[in-house]
Parts: sequence; structure tokens; C-alpha cells
Amino acid sequence: MNIIVCIKQIQDPEIPASKFRLDADGTKVIPPEGIPPVINPYDEQAVELAIRIKEQHGGKITILTVGDNSASRAVKHALAIGADEGIILDYPAFEDSDSFSTAHILSRAIQKIGEFDLILCGRQAADWDEGLVGTILSEKLVLPLITLAESVDFSEGQWHVKRVILDGYQVFSVPPPAVLTVSHELGPPRLPSGWGIITSSKKEIPIWDAKMIGPETARTGSRAPRKKLVKLYIPNRERKCEKIEGEKPVEAAGKLAQKMKEAGVL
Amino acid sequence: MKRILVCGELKDNRITSVSKELITTGKKLRSILNQSLDLLLIGGNGESTAEKAGHLGVNRVLTVINPEYPELHPERIAGIMTVVCQQFEPLIILLGQTDLGRDVAPRLAARLGGSVCLDCVDLAYDKENKTLLQTKPVYGGNALAQWASTGTSPHVVTMRPRSHQQAEPDPSLRAEIIPLTVEIDETEIHSRLVKTIHQQDKGIKLDEAKVIIAGGGGIGGNEGFGLIQELADVLGAAVGITRVPSDENWMPKSLEIGQTGHVVSPNLYIAVGISGAPQHLAGCANSKILVAINKDPQAPIFDTADMGIVGDYREVLPALIEKLKALKE
Repeated sequence: MNIIVCIKQIQDPEIPASKFRLDADGTKVIPPEGIPPVINPYDEQAVELAIRIKEQHGGKITILTVGDNSASRAVKHALAIGADEGIILDYPAFEDSDSFSTAHILSRAIQKIGEFDLILCGRQAADWDEGLVGTILSEKLVLPLITLAESVDFSEGQWHVKRVILDGYQVFSVPPPAVLTVSHELGPPRLPSGWGIITSSKKEIPIWDAKMIGPETARTGSRAPRKKLVKLYIPNRERKCEKIEGEKPVEAAGKLAQKMKEAGVL
Repeated sequence: MKRILVCGELKDNRITSVSKELITTGKKLRSILNQSLDLLLIGGNGESTAEKAGHLGVNRVLTVINPEYPELHPERIAGIMTVVCQQFEPLIILLGQTDLGRDVAPRLAARLGGSVCLDCVDLAYDKENKTLLQTKPVYGGNALAQWASTGTSPHVVTMRPRSHQQAEPDPSLRAEIIPLTVEIDETEIHSRLVKTIHQQDKGIKLDEAKVIIAGGGGIGGNEGFGLIQELADVLGAAVGITRVPSDENWMPKSLEIGQTGHVVSPNLYIAVGISGAPQHLAGCANSKILVAINKDPQAPIFDTADMGIVGDYREVLPALIEKLKALKE
């Protein structure tokens, strides 16, 4: 099975809310000092799914990302846990690409790769939480799409995909090649092995630029946004918290029960 | 044309609460744009469902009745919606951020050549600049972003459930009903739906509950949820969870509340052993009264709670359960 996994490197989403900062104009997120960027956790789970498929059926896993040289960090992480190759798509005209531009650039790189059975993307990136690239990619490549995949099997020439829904799940069958977006219900990704870290650190990560994949540059980067950011702000969810105290938890619990009765919830 | 199209969803032939919220959002935009607000209903038993929907204050109800189409087949539904949108050319297309909407919306935008923004909590139209202003949580709810549409229409938007009030029916209101027959090319449908399984969680449904008891990573394992369930039983409440109990398989994933799960707004929300990550608050911040029980006095959940007890839930909950039982008698 040849599997392509599209990933994104992002600011670590696990930082405490107190370290999350915006610039004074409310137009940019300021990266937290001393905390390195990471592979988007949903994309990491997409890599994990690819590895699980490879363990069963064999094949090759290729990682694709749109970004600059620094994105090799995320690519190397994917290689360290079990992906085979990584390619960075980098060119000045790719900068500030929105989801449509990113999907366009990825689609051209995928066409250059040629042979594949499955494309995996995380359900969304934990920075802008858009959840668009995988779907738009499938539309551009005119390939079947199943979103929010939790697991996948291959038999009788079809991918059988378990799709997460709010109160349960669905099963879809699609012929290869197909696009899946991967949901977190898949479970935690594996950790890199020592050997994986050593081999991935030595691995060359080629950079493909616009000349190599030939995107329509009018459709990439800041030339082609379909929406523009007006402002960013931190929501105010603060409430005045009345701490209910007591000598012992029993006492505090008693007071809380009384307040709940007064509020009419019994 | 500057029409607004709400893509409604039906469950058991009834229009869903999220769809009624979309109509409220649609009415707000209609008052600015002075254009027709249309409701698209796919499936259902046609006439009577459409007539009832007309009481909600939309101008027209477009019905597509293809009984052979399953309710939750996003590829087929996207095919139908694309045809309808090509015919009616709406400026703004509203869907819910649901199992269906979040999947179909980007497909529609890609096919129709428009913009798309998922999981919005507010919409406004800037008449002067002719842009749709779309507000949505980003960075896991740490911030809100406002986006302005720039390119060509239509602007496809999904709205987060419970971000607006539901439109109330008024029997004196009538809508024009337009039945449509939409044929889609079956050879272009690649995915086959094998089955849809709705898990029946026992007890009260999260989306309908007036009181919710939610447990997080601090509960420490499946056993601790026995106490959560006991408290829920005393209060007639539903049980919810955060990402950790879901990812660790302590509890069914279908109970998850937050950015990637249910969005709820009960009268009382008791957060037990929950630190208060923005991703979780995204699903419960609209609760009327929020009570936090956590042994860490520094937990951010206390900043968004109305009442709080600093303490170990293993000690607090048994006492609370006992006291509540006594007060009920």
C-alpha cells in the first residue's frame, strides 16, 4: 500500500492557556517562548493510522507538508515513528496559503508522486481549527472522501472505513485511491524508537518548489485567499467563583447541596 | 441574488434544534440583506414537515424527497445540495457544525467556488464592504478569530450548536413550499454506506439534559465514574466526559463534551476532576450555573465557574450525594 500523509507543523497546542498570547493589534498569535513547534496532533494520528495499515499490508508511507525548512522537525518526527519518506513543499509564493491554496499545492505534489492507494490528513489542525484541507484536496483530485476516520481495513479491493459520529459510528466502503481525514478516536500515536530517531535524523528531506510541482501560482499563497483575518481576541469566559469552604469536604459538600436546593435544581 | 439558504436537517421527520438555531441566524442576516431566507430540507415526509417548517419564519421551504437516500450519506447529500445551490444561487449557505454539516460544507465550497468557514459562533454582514464577517474559535478555543469573506460567493458557513436561540414556531406564519426533484449521477457516488450505528447510552441524553455531571482526567479511571453516575442519578442528570476519559477508554466516546464532542448548555453543569482546558470549555461555557470540584486550587476551571469546592472528589461526592438525598426527602 502506498500511503501519503499530509501533515502540518504548528505551535504546541498543549501549552497552558496562560501562556497563549496575541500581539497588540490582535492580528497574530505570538509563539510561546522556549516551547518548540510540534507536528499537529491530529496529523500525528494520521501517521499512526498509516503505520498500522503498513504493518498489516506492507507498503510505503510518504509525508508531505507545505512549509519552510523548519518544518523538517515535524517531518522527522513522522519518520521517527515509522514513515518512510518526507517531502517539504516550499517556495516564496506558497507562503500565507489558506486551506484552498494549501490543498492546491498538495494536489500538485501528489500528482507528481503519481501512484498511491490512500491519502490521510488529520481532521483539522489544532492551530486554526479549520478542518478543510483534506476535503478540498479530495475535491481537487476528484477522489472519494471519508471524513473523521477512526480505523480502516482493506479487503476485497475496498477500503472499509469506520467514521465517527456524535452518538456512534458509520462504516463506509470506498475503492482506492481515496482520501480520509483522521479523527482522534483512533487513539494515541506510538512514541519514536531510539533507532527511529537515529535513522530519521540522518534522512535527507527533499524540498520541492513551484518549478518541480507546477502549481498555478495565482492560486497559492497570499494572492488567493477566500477570506481574510480581521481580528483575533481572547474570549472572556471569566465568572466570579464563589469558593465553598468547610472544615472538611463533608461540610463544603453540605453547603453546596443547600445552594443547589435553593437554586431549584433538586 | 443575495439569498440566504439554510440547509436544515431532519431527525424522525422533525427539524432538528440546530436547524432552528440556523434559522435564527438566517433571520438576523435577512434583516440586513433584505433578501429571501430559504430552508432546504432533504428527505422527510415532504408536505407536512415542510408546512411545519414554514411556521418558523422562513420565506420558502425547498424540499427534496428521495426516499432511497439514507440520512447520513455525506457524499450523496453534498451532491444534492450542490445541484440545489447551482439552481438557487444563494449568497450565504448555512449548515450546522454536525456530523453532516462539517463534512458537506467544504465539499460545497470547493464545488461552487466560494469561501467556507466551519464552526462559527457568530455571523454579521458588513453592507458597506459587502463582506460576511465570520467569528469562530481557533487555537482550541484559546482565541476567537473574525474572518471577512473576500472572494466570490457563495459563502458556506457551519454554525456551532447552541450558539444561537432556536427559532420559535408561529402558526400564523406560512412559507412558500417548493418541491424539487434532484437527480444525481449515481456513477459519481464512490462511497457505499454499509451501516450507521447509533449507540444508545443509558440514561438521560446529554443534548436534552437540564443538569450534567462531567468527569475529567482527575477521575483517574473507570471506577471513579461510579460516583459520578450515582450523583447523576440523584439529580436526574446526564453524565459527560472530557477528552482524557474518552482517549483512555474509561468511558464511551459518545459522552464527550467539548470542541470535538457535544456542545451543551444545561442549567447546572458540575465539572468534577476537570482542569478546564479551552477545548473542553468550548462545549460547556454556556451552562447557566457552572460548579467545579477539583483538588487543585490553581485549576483554570475555577476561573470560569460560579461555585467551586477545592477537594478530592472521592471525599466530596459521597458527602454531596448523601446530603442531596436527605434534602430531597
